[in-house]
Parts: sequence; C-alpha cells; structure tokens
Amino acid sequence: MNDDRVADTPHVVVEDLVFRRGRKVVFDGLSLTVPRGRVTTVMGPSGTGKTTLLRLIGGQLRPDSGRIWVDGEEVARLSTRRLYALRKRMGMLFQTGALLTDMNVFENVAFPLREHTDLPEELIRNLVLMKLEAVGLRAARDLSPAELSGGMARRVALARAIALDPDMILYDEPFAGLDPITMGQIVTLIRRTNSTLGLTSVLVTHDVVEAMDISDHVVLIAEGRVMDAGTVEQVRAGASEWSEQFLDGRPDGPVPFHYPGDSYRDDLMRGRESGND
Amino acid sequence: MKLRYLEVSVGLFVLLGIAALFYLAIQVSNIVEYRDGDTYEVTAYFDHIGGLKARAPVTVSGVRIGRVSDIAYDPERFQARVTLAIRSGQDHLPADTQASIFTAGLLGEQYIGLEPGGDFEVLADGDEILFTQSALVLENMIGRVLTNFSSD
Amino acid sequence: MIDFLAHLGRSGLHWLSLLGRASIFLFRVLRSQDAVVRRYRLTLIEIYSVGVRSLLIIVVSGLFVGMVLGYQGYITLVNFGAAEALGGVVALSLVRELGPVVTALLFAGRAGSALTAEIGLMKTTEQLSAMEMMAVDPYRRVFAPRFFAGFLSMPLLAAIFSAVGVMGGFIVGVGLLGVDSGSYFSQMQAVTDWREDVVSGVIKSIVFGFVVTWIAIFQGLDAEPTSEGISRATTQTVVASALAVLGLDFILTGLMFT
Ligand SMILES: Nc1ncnc2c1ncn2[C@@H]1O[C@H](COP(=O)(O)OP(=O)(O)O)[C@@H](O)[C@H]1O
Ligand SMILES: [Mg+2]
Repeated sequence: MNDDRVADTPHVVVEDLVFRRGRKVVFDGLSLTVPRGRVTTVMGPSGTGKTTLLRLIGGQLRPDSGRIWVDGEEVARLSTRRLYALRKRMGMLFQTGALLTDMNVFENVAFPLREHTDLPEELIRNLVLMKLEAVGLRAARDLSPAELSGGMARRVALARAIALDPDMILYDEPFAGLDPITMGQIVTLIRRTNSTLGLTSVLVTHDVVEAMDISDHVVLIAEGRVMDAGTVEQVRAGASEWSEQFLDGRPDGPVPFHYPGDSYRDDLMRGRESGND
Repeated sequence: MKLRYLEVSVGLFVLLGIAALFYLAIQVSNIVEYRDGDTYEVTAYFDHIGGLKARAPVTVSGVRIGRVSDIAYDPERFQARVTLAIRSGQDHLPADTQASIFTAGLLGEQYIGLEPGGDFEVLADGDEILFTQSALVLENMIGRVLTNFSSD
Repeated sequence: MIDFLAHLGRSGLHWLSLLGRASIFLFRVLRSQDAVVRRYRLTLIEIYSVGVRSLLIIVVSGLFVGMVLGYQGYITLVNFGAAEALGGVVALSLVRELGPVVTALLFAGRAGSALTAEIGLMKTTEQLSAMEMMAVDPYRRVFAPRFFAGFLSMPLLAAIFSAVGVMGGFIVGVGLLGVDSGSYFSQMQAVTDWREDVVSGVIKSIVFGFVVTWIAIFQGLDAEPTSEGISRATTQTVVASALAVLGLDFILTGLMFT
C-alpha cells in the first residue's frame, strides 16, 4: 500500500498542540510523530487526554493552537468533504466498540461498505465474511451487539474498522477491562492486522505490559506534554523519573499518591474546631 | 425488517391519514359549499342583519341555492350591504324577489330566505334586491309590543 | 443583589447558548433533508417507528375523547333544548383544538421521548462518533430521516384523531343518547368551516410536529452522555414539548381564529 516515496515520512505529525476543555488545559504544547506502518503506543494515566488526542487526529475536535498532519494533510484545515475522504482511510476502534445497536454483527461490519460503495450484495457478503473470519467471529454474524461480550464487541469493531481497508487504525484502550485470554486474543489481532495489512497502528492505553509487548514506538504523555518518546528500548533505557514510576507502576513518586490539597492534619483539626462550636 | 412490510404499513398509514383528512373535509366541514361552481352575485341592503355571517346559506323555499359571500356597511345609505353568491343554474329569480333574514332554530345561526315575486324580468349578476326584511331583533320586538300595550 | 444579577445573567447566557445550539442543529438538519429521499428506506423505518407505532394510542385516545365530548356536550346542550347542535360542538372542539393539541402531547410522550432516549443512547455509546469516524454524517443518516418522519406523521395522526373523535361523539350522542343522526352531521357541517377550522387545525399540527420533533432529537443530541443525562433529557423532551405545544397553541389560536 505504501510506496517507497512516502514510506519514511511519518503518517501523523502533531506539532505544538494546545487544547482546552473549558478552563482545563488538556494539551499544552504536545508534539509527536507516528511513523508509517508501525505500531505506536501513546501511554499515560487516565484522564490525560488520550481519547481526546485520537479525536483530534480524527478531526472530531479542533486544536486551540498547533497543528496536526495526517498523511500530509492538515486535519483542522480540511473541508468536510476532504475530511470525510481522509476518514475513509482511517479506522477507529472505540473503547466500548461503539457498534450500532440497531443492527446485527454482519450488518455492522457491512455498514461502511454499504455507506461508501455500490458493491453488489454478493461481494459485500464475501468481504464481510472475510473480515469476520479475520477476527474469528464469522459464526457470530447473526448475533446482536447486546449479545456480545466486551472482547467480542471489540473484535467486531475491529472487523468493521478494517472493512474499507484503511491505511491507519486508531485503537482507544483496546485492552481495558478484558480477561487475560481475551486480552491475548486482541494483542495477537492487533499485531497480525498490522503486519499482514501493513498499516499504521496508533494505540492509546494505560496497560504498560501489553503495550510494551506489541509496540515499535512508545510515547509517554502526562500533564498535557510528552514525557518520553522513542522505540521501546530507548524509552526503557533512558526513562525519566516520571516514566520509571509510570512504567513500573509505583504508587508514589513524582506523581503523588494524594490528590493535591491541604495537609491531612489541618483537615482533621478543622473538623474538631467546627465540632466544638 | 422486510422492506416490503415497511412500504406497505407506511403506505397504509399515510393513506389512513389522508382518508381522515378527506372525512374531515367532506363529512365534517362545509367544503361542499366551496364547490358551488359558477355563481352570480346580487346585493341586498338591510337595516339590520342581526347575527348573519359570511358564508351563511341562501335559500328559496328552504332549499339552499347559494351563500352570503360578503357583508359590509355602506356609509352612504347607512345600511348593511350583503352580497349573495347564487349558483348560475338558479337564474330564474324574478326581479321583485324579497330577501329576508331568518333564524334556524332557537340557537341556530341565521340565513337568508328568498321569496320570489311575480316580475317577468329576472335578477342578473350585479343586480340589487330591492325588497328586504331585516333580522328580527329581540329588544326591538319587545319595545314595540310594549308601545302597543301603552297606546291601547 | 449583585448575586441575583449575576445569576440572571448566567441563566440568560445559558438559555441563549441553548437556543443557539438548537438553531444551528435545526439548520443542519434542514440542510440534510435531501437524504430523506435518497435514503428513503431509512425514512420508511422512521415513519414506521414514529408514526405507525403511535397509531394505536392515537385511535384509542381519539375515540375516548370524542365519546366524552359527546357526553359532556349533550349534558350542556340539552339544558338549552339544543341537543341537535351536538355534532357542531364535538367537531369544532376536535378539529380546532383537541385534535392537534392532544395528539401533539401524546406524540411527545410516545414518540418524542423514544427519539430522545434513542439518540441520547447513541451518543453515550459513541455510536454517533463512530459514524463520524467512518465518514458517515449522522445528520443525514440519523437526524434527517427522524425529523422528516415526525414532521410528516403529526398532521396525519392529528387528522386521524379528530376523525375517530367525531365517530366517538356519534356513538355516544346518536347511539346512546338519541340525538338525531341527520342533525348530528348537518349541524356539524353548518358550523365547521373547511378553511377556518379544518385547515387551521392542520396547520397547527404541522407546526407542532415540527417543534416537538425538533425538541426531541435535539434533546437527545444535547444530553449529557450518562444514563442520568439521558433520563433527564427524556423528561425534558416531554416537559418542553408540552409547554411549547400549549404556548404555541395559544399564539396560533389568537392568530387564526379572531
Ligand atoms: N466532553 C467533555 N467535556 C469536558 N471535558 C471533557 C470532555 N471529554 C473529556 N474531558 C476531559 O478531558 C480530559 C481528557 O479526557 P480523555 O481524553 O477522555 O482522557 P483519557 O482518554 O486519557 O482517559 C479529562 O480530564 C476529561 O475530564
Ligand atoms: Mg479514554
């Protein structure tokens, strides 16, 4: 899919990104690059804005300042038509799967094909079965989304995300809340999808072990900035104090255990004073 | 859901709605009166029209032949000018026909009754009915009765 | 005092921004209406779920409202010896007021709340986002057909309600209370004017259909994406629709029946 000319240019470039939600600054000068054809994982604690980052890349949100390029196109500047054209080359796997609840599994995977192509029913059926086979759920095609477990829903969503043969897939927390076996299945699927289809994968997660396992590149973000970035080995070797705490999962360190506030002692004393009134 | 089933049930629903509208038009309302076809208009002046409304029926011997198309006050004659739209088929009304305002039932609304005279000439479009009888106004009647009593 | 002013300003701004968002939403929905024809299958599905499935409650309510009108009208009119006028009373009340208004209220409760909950849930479960990311415009795919379905169904349902109500009044007045069948309909035709009463009633129900569907879909889209948010939005749809319908009814009545 990628010819040699563009093989080395990064697939996604984020430059000096600033984004606010009301008064809260989610990103404060974030810059990163996603190399083409590789698995890049963005890690960070919950609430740092990982989902938000994916939405910005997909053009669902606009940066307050800074720029995001996908495939050489600046996302926020695109017309609706061009943006939609770009999104057809981009699959996104939502945290919960986000399957359409008024259709069965088959129709969910067929959805992008029906919306964007005029293929005959016969061909659609073959394509859908092929995608479902790839995620191992061909036999589940008549189930409704409500009948699927979390892991199955995510696999169906993956089949749907690759239905239009995109160049890039964005995964939002693909491992969250899965049992070890299902987690293993998803890890394998992501790895396999990436190597067989040769696409760029962007993962967003806070599950360190699995992420380090399947990633080529890692970006650690916290407090709206990049803490560390590079290949897995580079990050492991040259980890900052913050990254070490995060990667090792230590409860206390540069990131304090306690939510910032008054000292515990002061709080207790105040309670006594008001109680004596 | 099967497309066929959808099409049929939605089609029936829309038909049912349109049928209901037709029912309201023909059975419930007076749309029939909007279809008087060709009409010609004559005017009549009344001292008092009582509660006569536009679109009230115009009848001969109790049979409806048209309707009141307009009611206005004529400031020169100090009278109410009532325009009657009469079906073109009914073109044999003598020129000396009298128009009276009657009341249908106790609470019923008011209508115009025509009583044909004996003239050989007939009313045509734009003519005026010269002989008219105003609506009966209850207060006036009582007043007249009382005057009659006192003059006795 | 300052607090009060600040509060006033804040809630004023809140309402203004709500109205602004609702207007932008409406504009985009109307601009996407070509999808109604192009994706007529989706439109059919929505007319089915919004209109056809409201039919039963509309027919049953219309019948009972008509029967009650027949009964109450008779009791009042018979005192004046004017029981013959029953047909007119029943028809006028239905066609001018009760048909459009009661249908709109029932519609808000039956179809409007369902629309809000459905769209709120689609938002909460990120189905709308997922569509956008699949380069499918939810305005065309989700909102436009639903809006059109509500807009089309309301006047049809209101007409059915009134027609069934007239028959309900007939059943009670003529069948049970012995009003003359001929007078029932002739009195009805004597006082009910096609243009001033029937058409005005239809115009009312078209306006109500527009407003109630707008409120219902917008509330779903504007709902906070939590289960509590959806339940609040559903309640809001019913309350806001009822207030809008009654308020608009007052204004429209003033404009049309002077
Ligand atoms: N719709 C929203 N409105 C306001 N704040 C939001 C909204 N969505 C997310 N946020 C805030 O933005 C921050 C980042 O959220 P998110 O991207 O979901 O984090 P993550 O995916 O890393 O857990 C959080 O602090 C969250 O409170
Ligand atoms: Mg998230």
